[in-house]
Amino acid sequence: MAIDPDHPVLKVDNIYKYYGGKSTLIDRIQRKPKPRLVALDGISLTLSRNEVLGLVGESGSGKTTTARCIVRLEVPDRGSITFGDRDVLAADTETLRHIRRDMQMIYQDPYSSLNPRMTVRSAISEPALIHGLVEKEGAEDLVRELLERVGLPYTVANLRPRALSGGQRQRVAIARALALKPSVIIADEAVSALDVSIQAQILNLFGELIRDLRLGMIFIAHQLSVIAQLSDRVAIMYLGRIVESGPTADVFTRPRHPYTGALLEAHPHLSGEKKQAPALKGEIPSPYAIPKGCRFNIRCRFAEEKCFEIDPPPTEVSPGHYAWCHVLPDLHQS
Amino acid sequence: MDQTLPDTHSLLEIEGLTVGFADARGVLLAADQIHLNIDKNQTLGLLGESGCGKSVTLRSILGIVPYPGEVIAGRILWEGRDLLTLPRRTMEQVRGKEISMIFQDPTSCLNPVFTIEDQITETLKIKLNMHARDAHQRAVELLDHVGIPSPAQRLGLYPHQLSGGMRQRIMIAIAIASQPKLLLADEPTTALDVTIQDQILNLLASLRKETGMAMILVSHDVGVVAQNCDAVAVMYAGRIMEYGKASSVMRSPRHPYTRGLLAAVPTLEQAGERQPLTSIPGQPPNLADLPPGCPFQPRCPFVREACTNIPVVLDRRFPEHGSACPFVD
Repeated sequence: MAIDPDHPVLKVDNIYKYYGGKSTLIDRIQRKPKPRLVALDGISLTLSRNEVLGLVGESGSGKTTTARCIVRLEVPDRGSITFGDRDVLAADTETLRHIRRDMQMIYQDPYSSLNPRMTVRSAISEPALIHGLVEKEGAEDLVRELLERVGLPYTVANLRPRALSGGQRQRVAIARALALKPSVIIADEAVSALDVSIQAQILNLFGELIRDLRLGMIFIAHQLSVIAQLSDRVAIMYLGRIVESGPTADVFTRPRHPYTGALLEAHPHLSGEKKQAPALKGEIPSPYAIPKGCRFNIRCRFAEEKCFEIDPPPTEVSPGHYAWCHVLPDLHQS
Repeated sequence: MDQTLPDTHSLLEIEGLTVGFADARGVLLAADQIHLNIDKNQTLGLLGESGCGKSVTLRSILGIVPYPGEVIAGRILWEGRDLLTLPRRTMEQVRGKEISMIFQDPTSCLNPVFTIEDQITETLKIKLNMHARDAHQRAVELLDHVGIPSPAQRLGLYPHQLSGGMRQRIMIAIAIASQPKLLLADEPTTALDVTIQDQILNLLASLRKETGMAMILVSHDVGVVAQNCDAVAVMYAGRIMEYGKASSVMRSPRHPYTRGLLAAVPTLEQAGERQPLTSIPGQPPNLADLPPGCPFQPRCPFVREACTNIPVVLDRRFPEHGSACPFVD
């Protein structure tokens, strides 16, 4: 059951995604180039079976765009995505259907991701029926089995989402994703809308599913502690790039990128120690105007001259732990 | 029976506040017999999950409980006067002047068709009777004070031209314009990114230090409350389950719900270990169908028969730290 990093099930290689920026002939004559939003600026990552990769970053860092590109809800402008031995971006409709069956998404808001007019039974069984994984007769058994798997009583099968609480709805969304026996689940802020006591239940459920079903998972969240709970590896994103990645415990105890350090410092701790100054000044720059050199430079307290000139290359600071920083300060967390 | 913590010179005292929402089936009690106390310079945290009554309690103070909610019983004493019985004109002098409020979503609280200047100076002109020219000058100072760079230029902007963090700073500038003695903050950083949340909480802390303003901070985030409050009241199903010094409640929670809540929070310390969290079993309470006795009893690991038959009352065994559970300690 070990993670096999040499044979990743999913490989994202250097993808770029821009929005806007396509100027018409008239724009060119008037010499007014359309502004171009850089959403993803060269993202590479791999995921093995049985592994959870946490993607963390602030709004606008490109976490969701990455997820949407992986299942080809968005088409990247450059780069390649390989799932198993299939090329996701070149796949024809039929292949794409199979790829999407194997890679299921779970969304943040279980209020809008479930059809209010469908019963829990049809929400869970419909995808499996459409993909021909079960016959009509077998569907009921599937629903029963999946509801039990996600910790819901069989009686909810007849209910519509409005009769369920947020936590119960998210369990239904998980059951629906599992109905297609995926090998990879992409969970985009799947616990962010839930209350703490319910969030803990769902995080534990994810933990069980990963262990029992040998799922690979891309787990997106903006909250560090939620990422820390589930992820084997973590990638910190900032303004369309990964700035640090590596084994979760290593990255969170010995961060080497100043942005990771600031995120950890800004995270409120239960110990209640009062802080003297904010961890980070300023705000994330506009994705229409990415700073020259390191994109974190203007907010970074370690920035040197070359940080404003040269885009930092990755450095392997310990096995499997990379940081894209010129300075690589030691930010050991006590 | 007196449930409040020992009273020194309270700025605000809430006694037996009960807020009901009437619908076709009857009346739901969104807040039930709330007793709270806040002193000068103090920060009180109201901690709890969705629907526990923390926002309704906060809104009651300013008399802005949304329809069809209504304060059914209780007193809210502001420097000796009961805010619930004040005439409307007098209340308007308290609201936004002596007591201000900031909300979770600065986008929907700022008017999109007016400039930042219009919205800040409005408060100054109405509440402080300031002259337009002085108000402009004061608005620049206020923006500078809440950490907005090049404030004079920003005054002419509209809310949509600013980021979420900047909008929250504007909201704070409006709230502190009249130098209130108490600031009510309803999830002020929930919509913000973690580094911006950190900046805003630091800003609020330094403003309090400077002016001695008291604050009631409503949040569902245990860490935010732990780091910013002197006292904390933990709410569940419209009741206060535990109330005391923040350090004491966080370090040694007495009520089973508080214990469950604190244990359910994932921490950074166990990164990558995937140890199961101690979750609270069951579903959040339904106010329309509360169990008899203690509302937490169906989810409580220490439940016993007597729990269906006890009132939710804070005990007085420890004067600085009350719990509504008579059995667990």
